[in-house]
Formats: sequence, C-alpha cells, structure tokens
Amino acid sequence: MSARTRELFGLLPVSLLVAAGFAAVLTTRTADVSDATLTYGAVFLGLCVMAHLFIRARLPDADPYMFPLAALLGAVGLVVIYRIDAELAREQAQWFVVGLVFFAATILLVRDHHILERYRYLIAAGSIVLLLMPRLPGIGAQANGAFLAIKLGPIQFQPAEFAKLGIIIFLASYLRETADILLRPRLRPLPLTRQLLLFGLPALATLLLVLGLDLGPAGSILLVVFVASLVAVVRERPSLKHFGPLLLVWGLAMLMLIFIRDLGSSLMFFGGFLALLYVATGRLSLVGVGSTMFLGGATFFASNVSHVRSRIDTWLDTFSTRRGVCPTTGEVTEFVNCQGYQIAQSLFAQADGGLFGQGFGRALLDLPGGGRLIPAAHTDLIYSVIVNEIGLFGAAGLIGAYLLLVFRGFKTALLANDGFSKLLATGLTAVLALQVFVIVGGVTRVIPLTGVTLPFVSYGGSSIVANMVLLALLLIVSEKARSERLRRGGLV
Amino acid sequence: MNRQIVQLFALFAVLFALLIAFTSRWTVFEAQSLADNPNNRRPLIEEQRIPRGIIYASDGETELARSVGRGRGNNRIFTRTYPQGRLFAHPIGYSFITNGRRSLELSRNEDLAGQEDEFESLFAGLEGREREGLDVVTNLDVAGTQAAVAGLAGRKGSVVAIEPQTGKVRVMVSIPEYDPNLIPSAFEQINDDPNQPDLNRATQELYPPGSTFKVVTAAAAMDSGKVNPNSVIDGSSPKEISGVALANSGGQSFGPISFTDALTNSVNTVFAQVGETVGRNTMVEYMKRFGFYQDPGLDYPSFQMIPSGILNGDGDFVTDGFDVGRVAIGQGGLEGEIRASPMQMALVAAAIGNRGRLMRPRLTDSVVRKDGRIKERVEPDLQSQVVKPEVADRLAQMMGRVVEEGTGTAAALSGITVAGKTGTAEVGANREFTQPWFIAFAPVEEPRMAIAVTIERQPAGSQGGTVAAPIAKSVLEALLGGGA
Repeated sequence: MSARTRELFGLLPVSLLVAAGFAAVLTTRTADVSDATLTYGAVFLGLCVMAHLFIRARLPDADPYMFPLAALLGAVGLVVIYRIDAELAREQAQWFVVGLVFFAATILLVRDHHILERYRYLIAAGSIVLLLMPRLPGIGAQANGAFLAIKLGPIQFQPAEFAKLGIIIFLASYLRETADILLRPRLRPLPLTRQLLLFGLPALATLLLVLGLDLGPAGSILLVVFVASLVAVVRERPSLKHFGPLLLVWGLAMLMLIFIRDLGSSLMFFGGFLALLYVATGRLSLVGVGSTMFLGGATFFASNVSHVRSRIDTWLDTFSTRRGVCPTTGEVTEFVNCQGYQIAQSLFAQADGGLFGQGFGRALLDLPGGGRLIPAAHTDLIYSVIVNEIGLFGAAGLIGAYLLLVFRGFKTALLANDGFSKLLATGLTAVLALQVFVIVGGVTRVIPLTGVTLPFVSYGGSSIVANMVLLALLLIVSEKARSERLRRGGLV
Repeated sequence: MNRQIVQLFALFAVLFALLIAFTSRWTVFEAQSLADNPNNRRPLIEEQRIPRGIIYASDGETELARSVGRGRGNNRIFTRTYPQGRLFAHPIGYSFITNGRRSLELSRNEDLAGQEDEFESLFAGLEGREREGLDVVTNLDVAGTQAAVAGLAGRKGSVVAIEPQTGKVRVMVSIPEYDPNLIPSAFEQINDDPNQPDLNRATQELYPPGSTFKVVTAAAAMDSGKVNPNSVIDGSSPKEISGVALANSGGQSFGPISFTDALTNSVNTVFAQVGETVGRNTMVEYMKRFGFYQDPGLDYPSFQMIPSGILNGDGDFVTDGFDVGRVAIGQGGLEGEIRASPMQMALVAAAIGNRGRLMRPRLTDSVVRKDGRIKERVEPDLQSQVVKPEVADRLAQMMGRVVEEGTGTAAALSGITVAGKTGTAEVGANREFTQPWFIAFAPVEEPRMAIAVTIERQPAGSQGGTVAAPIAKSVLEALLGGGA
C-alpha cells in the first residue's frame, strides 16, 4: 500500500470522529439546529481530502501518518469549539482554510528545505523582531500581564507562534555547522596538576559559595549542577566564538521573560534550544549549563517580576482561601476565587469529567445567569473542557495522538540523511511536543499555567497557521528522506 | 545523532505520561475532594439545572414537593416549591441552593437529584437520556396529617402514626412548623424564632413519657417472667421506693390489685415495685430492644434525630445507677430520668401491636423513575423481636382495657377496639405544667395503626386521657376510615 493510500485510510477515523462528535453535540441541543450546523464538519472533511490530494501530488513519499493525526486533533478541536460557541467554530473552520493555504504555499515555495539554511540569519533576525513586536507601542496588546499578541487593525495575531519556527530553523542550521567545533575534545588527558586545578578550584569555590550564601537546598543543587556542567564543558575546550550565538539564545529567553513576561513560551523556546543542542553535540554537560542558567534566570525573574511570581504563587497555592484585594476586579475576595480561579475551574472541570466524561456537548460551561464558568474555555483551557466532556479516556487518547505525531516527527529525523534535516525535524517536533506539555501541564497543574495554545486544537488563527506551516516543513523533510530511502530500496 | 533523538523521544514519552498521570489525579483520585471543595460551584449550578423529583403523599397523587422551571435554554433553572405549605414541613423539609437541605429532601437527595454512578451516567449518555430526578412516594397520609394538625390546634407538640406490620410512618407532625416555601426569604427569621419551628419535635425533642412508659415496664416484666396479667400486687399509696415515698395519682390507695387492673388505673406504686423486681439491667435491655439508646432507624437525616433513653442530671445517657422504680413509671431522679421522643413512643406502641416485632420505621414507600419503573421499593424490615408474641398479645388485651374502662376512654372509637396507655408527666420548675401523652394501636384484634401523641407544657391538671387521647382518636379515625 502506498504511503498516500495509507494516509487516505488514516483520514477515515477522522471523518467518523467529526460525524460522531457533531452529531453528539447536536443531539444535546436540538433547540438550535440550523442547516448550517453540520456544514462545518463537511467543510472540514472536504479540506482534509483536498489537502490529501495536494500532498499526493507534491509529496508522494512523505510520512503517511502525520497529516491524519493533525487532522484528527483539528477535528477534536473543531467539535469542542463548536460545542462552546458555534460562531467561533465557523471562524476556526475559516482559519483552517487559511492554514491550509499557508500549508500549500510552504510546500510549493520550499521545494527543498535546505534553501532555508541560506537565509538563517535573516530568519533569526526576523524572529527576534516578531517576538519583540508585542511590546511596540500602538500595535502590542497585553493579556493577563503577558505581551503575546499584536494588533494590526482588525487582525490580531501571536507572533511567538511564528517566531518559534524561525528560531528552530536558525538553530538547526547553525548547530549543523558548528556542532563539531563547539567543543574540541583533547586527544590526550591533561597533566595531573592541570586536572587538579580544573576540578579542585571550582569545587572549592562552589563549596564556599554554598556555605557562605544562604541558597537553600534547591539553589545549592542548581549551583552544583551548574558548576559541574561548566567544568565538564570547559574541559572539552569550548570555542567561545561559536558559543556567542548560543549565549544570544539564552539572552533571548531571558529577554522574553522580562519583555514578554511569559514563562510558558520562554520555556518552550529554551527547551527546544536545549533539545537541539543535545541532539547536535551529544553533550549532557551543555544541557546542564543551559538548563541551570535558565532556571537561575527564571528564579530571579520569578522573585522580581510580579506577573511571573503571581503565576507561580497561583500554581503552588491554587486553593488558598486567604482574602485580599483581587487585582482584576478590585474587590476583596479569596485567593482561590481571584488569582486561583482559572486553574481551580480547570481542575473542577476535569474532576467533573471523571473516567468517561459527561459526553460531547454535556459539560457545564456557562453560568445560569449568563457568563462563563470556565474562562478561556476555547483557548488555554480547552484541554479541561475536553476532559470534562470525554473524560480521562478521551484525554489519554488525545495525548496518545500527540505522542504518535511526535513519534512520527522523530522518526522523520531518524530517517533523514543530513544533519540539517535531522536537526530541523527534531527541533520542529520538540517545540510542538513542548508546547503540548506546557499548556496541558499548565491546566493539569504539573507546571505553572501560562497562555500558550494546544496545537491544532485550541481556537486561534496564529496557532493553526503556524502549526500547519510546521507540519508542512516536517512533511518536506520526510519526503526527501523517504524518497531517497525508497530509491535505494531501503525500508522506511 | 540518532541515539540522542531516540533519547529525546523517550523524554517526551515520559513527560506525556506525566500529563496523563496528573489528569488521572484530578479525574479519578482527587475527583471527590474537588467535587466537595466549597469553592466548586458546579454541583450547585448543576443541581439548579436538573428538575428534582416530585415527592408524593401515600396516595401517589398529592404532590408534597416539586420543581418549577424558569428561563429558557441553557439559562433554565429549577426551584423547589411545596404545594402543601407548612403541612408536611417536618417530614419533607426543603431543598434550596442558598439554604441547603433538610429532612427527606436531604436523606433522599441522591434519588431526588438523579445522581447515578459513573457507569449509569455513561449509559445515560449513550442513550441520550437527560439527567433528571427520580420521584419519591412517601407513606405520609394527607387526611391523617390534617387531623393531627387540627387536633394539636396550634399547641406545641407532636403526633406520630406508624403501621405496626410494615413500619410505614403515616403521620409525623410537629407543631409549630414552618412554611418551606418561605425558607429562601425568611431563613434567618425561622432559624431565630424562639418557638423553634425548625425543630422536629417528633424525632429531635425528648420529653418525660410519664405513665406511657409503663407499657415498656409491663413488657419487660411479663416477658422476663417476673409477673403475669393476673399477678396481685399491693397498690397502697404512698409507698417507699428507693427510700423516698411515692404516691399514686391523686393519692388514691388501691390495696391488693391485679397487674391488669394496675395498668388500667395506671397505679404508680404497683409499677414502681414491678420495676424494682425487673431490675436495672433487664429494664435497659428491653429498652434497647424497643429502640431506646439509638437513633430511630428512620430514613431521615441523623442530625435531625436523637436517641431516647435514661439521662442523668448532666444530660448524659446512663444505663446503671438510676432509680429503677421511678423510671418504671416514666419518671426518675438526678441519677437518671427517662426521656423519650414521640417517634420512640409510637414505636413502643407499634411493637406491641405487631406481636412484639418492631419494624424499622419508614417515610419512603418507593423511588420511581420518570418512565414509571420502580427503582427501589422499601420493603418491611424487622428491627428486633422485642417480646414473645404471646406476651405482646396479653399486653395488648391489658391496653384494650385502658381505653375500654380506664384512663383512656376518650380515645374509644365506635366499631373499632383501641388499645392504649395514657401518660401525664409533671414538668416545670414548680411542676406547674404537665406533659400529656397518649400511645395506642387499633384495632386490638389485628392492629393496623399505632400512634403516639404528646403536647408540651400544658396547664396543670391537663391529663393525657383528656387532652392527648381525643387527638389520637381523631387521627385514628382519619387513618382507619372514620367511625366505621
């Protein structure tokens, strides 16, 4: 069976899910059936078939599972958004059209992803500009204390969604070139005296610092890991010149904490960076230095930037009933009903879902007197609504679908023949997986809740379009890798 | 590079597993505590959106409580209304979002709110069934309840009527009552009312039972073989009991008298002597068989019930050290004084009327789904065999004499034989009030109804036979079909 035929079969469960999902939502509100309701589903399936035919024509050998998995996730999102607000579902369906246009355009324009390497500095500069745009007066927009969106007339979009692609392209290209010269391992061991100096002095300094400063256990561990990793890196004679751009990425992540004030996207970027650094060099010591530097910086900003600190307070102390003036309403309320409200409602909604959920269209979303019980139900908290409606089993299925998509992404990286392709596929997949972890981890209280979208599922034009481009790039890499393998008669 | 990619995938697999683990934590392991979190408004909102089941009287038609909807679509909410007003306030109670629940509305909440377990709700989802409350058919009789309220005529007190063979509670009236429809608007006022209209005197208040307790003493004495109906005992007055003289009512001295006649005339000195013969341990044992020292086994919230028993001066239950002679006649002293709820005394009458078999009292007859299928029928349930059937039969005959020719003639019905016992406890700091009682069952040959009536703090001279017995008579008439 050809890859594309498998892809077509993969779309079958998607169509079943769309039909069943919309039917379930419809039966629960027979009151407002209109002839337009089922058309969203039909339009969505039509788009999937068109995209499939397009891939069949342009990328015949590309991975057959990635597109159906993304379509499945999109279908779940569309059903849940339709259930939340039919008007939003209509807009989301439109965004899918726009997303597919970008998807097709990417495949048409980027025939070979290696041409991206040529523009890597341009792409990097563009990404940084994109990231900082929300702080520009006039077009920037603040939401919940974070600067994530820009407004251009009627259009509002989140530049970070696109910047993540650019940064990954840049890093993949840069690391492909410099990975081998970042570190220059010595061929012969150092003389004993130099060894003692290299290990002894930092160990002594660390000991003095840990004893001298009151760092607490977490801080001490951080410092020890940092120094140990740094020593390990220094031992391998790092090329400072080539580390420059990488320090820049760390600086950028810190800058995002200060300027954009968003821990989630900062974590996503830096995590993607560390993943690439590790895959490119195979050195855990670099990950050690990088992650301790990030954690150190994040801790510093957590205690100095009130927005970041309050996110962490909310995470640790969600159900606190201490009373205080609520910054958003100005009224005196309990913490759980102000700062903790969003995450508390998320957990209440999940508890209400239980093992099997309340069923599509049956979760409690609105207050009887009007207004929403769950804030940001269609964006940040969509996972909670999904758990509420289809339960732990449905949620496990959703996470399973993401894991399969991530698996196909890494599989593509494994099959790829050159360093850039491998790193690009790895980076794109890692940043997608991290985004899932950051938002689902946020609403399930694994980590502090920050506002990033659930890829392919959450409502939002920028997210859909950016992730469709990400998918297109992965498919392009996959096409090259698999067609070469097939030509050589290898298994794919 | 490939090794690192595989390792990276493994890392993400672990991170995603962590997400599933945390989702499980909230959906399964901590779901209950989250659902119970006071800041979780979901149960309240959810509840408002579901029409609660209807509560019916025993006829299956008279609605005692139902839900009315307001608003449309997603904004439709339901509130409770009580068509019978204050008449069934105590047995039925209320259910409001802002004020919580009481009485049967609380004890049958899961059925009324249609709460089903996880699998039931899964099937309901598959079948497309809307969640809705189940109806509850009670054993409460409208005419009997009206007769009891009319009989008490605003005086504080209580009437409880139970079917002896089944334990069905047909009447549970407590005066004063409140209008459950006013709970949302006048909650504080009802709560703070010094007359305590929110107190169910049938199950939440203990009174000295006076001579009605002689039925318990007689049952214990006859079943344990200490006396029989024909035993002759000295009924002189006064008589020294526990070192202190005890007099009969009105100081009347009976001389040697049969045990049957002693019950007919409620002779204190005879029963005090019998009590001393029975002894404390046996007395307490028989009391426990009658249900004393524990909450009545009623389908009713436990915080709205208290056990009857012997209480000392500090208000603690005691099972030893009390003056058994005085307890035997429904009194006592600082070391221990008998106190009983109207429900408990109705259960005493019911147990004797059912040949010594005490059936668990029940407010609920059945729980019915909206499509008419019965989800649960409450079957009669034996609580204990209190005395041997022959002993109960003999005691029933003796109690028949009380109504025929003794202190309880005011309860006599035409065409139906009634067995009963009067009681008149003196209360108040200077014994300036009485607590009149009457317990009974009828017909004597095959009892179909048992009853207890009591009234609080009546002016001195008010007797159980003259004040409480007529109320029992009218309620029994209403329940057993008039003077037929």
